[in-house]
Amino acid sequence: MVLQAITFYLLAATTLAAGVAVITARNPVHSVLFLITAFFSAAGLFVLLGAEFLAMILVVVYVGAVAVLFLFVVMMLDVDFTALRQGFARYLPIGAAIAGVLTVEMVIVATSVASHGATKGSMGPAAYPAGSTNAGAIGAVLYTDYIYYFQAAGLVLLVAMIGAIVLTLKHRVGIRRQDISAQVARTPAAGLRIVSIKSGEGIEE
Amino acid sequence: MIIGLAHYLTVAAILFTIGVLGIFVNRKNVIVILMSIELILLAVNINLVAFSAYLHDVTGQIYALFVLTVAAAEAAVGLAILVTFFRNRGDIAVDDASMMKG
Repeated sequence: MVLQAITFYLLAATTLAAGVAVITARNPVHSVLFLITAFFSAAGLFVLLGAEFLAMILVVVYVGAVAVLFLFVVMMLDVDFTALRQGFARYLPIGAAIAGVLTVEMVIVATSVASHGATKGSMGPAAYPAGSTNAGAIGAVLYTDYIYYFQAAGLVLLVAMIGAIVLTLKHRVGIRRQDISAQVARTPAAGLRIVSIKSGEGIEE
Repeated sequence: MIIGLAHYLTVAAILFTIGVLGIFVNRKNVIVILMSIELILLAVNINLVAFSAYLHDVTGQIYALFVLTVAAAEAAVGLAILVTFFRNRGDIAVDDASMMKG
């Protein structure tokens, strides 16, 4: 139990510290790396709760895909990031005040929900029923009760993919491209001419 | 020392406010704003998974999975818009992005 508590506080502190570093880092590349740290420690918290499947999905999807996408974009854009930090100090007091109020409110609500809400008599965390696995329990619900939502999620990803491609695809003029259909449609009659050459005369053209 | 639901909810609440604060203080830098949105969605996911574990109901994790899907789609489209924006203007300062006069 003590080991679990130590792990929790370690992972929670890492998550929150990395979160603060994400929004305060001067270099956006560092921000992305701290974002990866935050996601990794949040995945650790998920494992601590018993939700191993989501933890692995978090690592694969966020660290493997989204964070790398961020990294690519940050490194691809040639932007003066110091100019973008103007106003940081100006908005910090009002932002910190609002954030403080928000935190206090949400922590009060969270603690009261935890002590008086539906989880009042809960016997500790159990992310899946005993005798099954986490992935098995998720699959048994996801592919039956939530199958239409699952399909809709796939559609959302498809639309996002098409949208991203349409937005970033650029048709530049004046560039010679391979035209495969023209190549395939080419016949010997269109591309070949047989001439008989008399000796010493050459051919016209 | 028992770690209860309140501990996880507190972590999620603080992470959520860090994300909100990030949007406040980095108003010009749209990349950091997108990362702050990712932090906010991560906080929501921690909430969902914590409730799922302490209510002994796997549905919360299904919802977290859908939030993850939408967050990935949002990041992809957001960054694509960002790249197009940079191509058109040569800069990513969003505080004077008023081309559409909306």
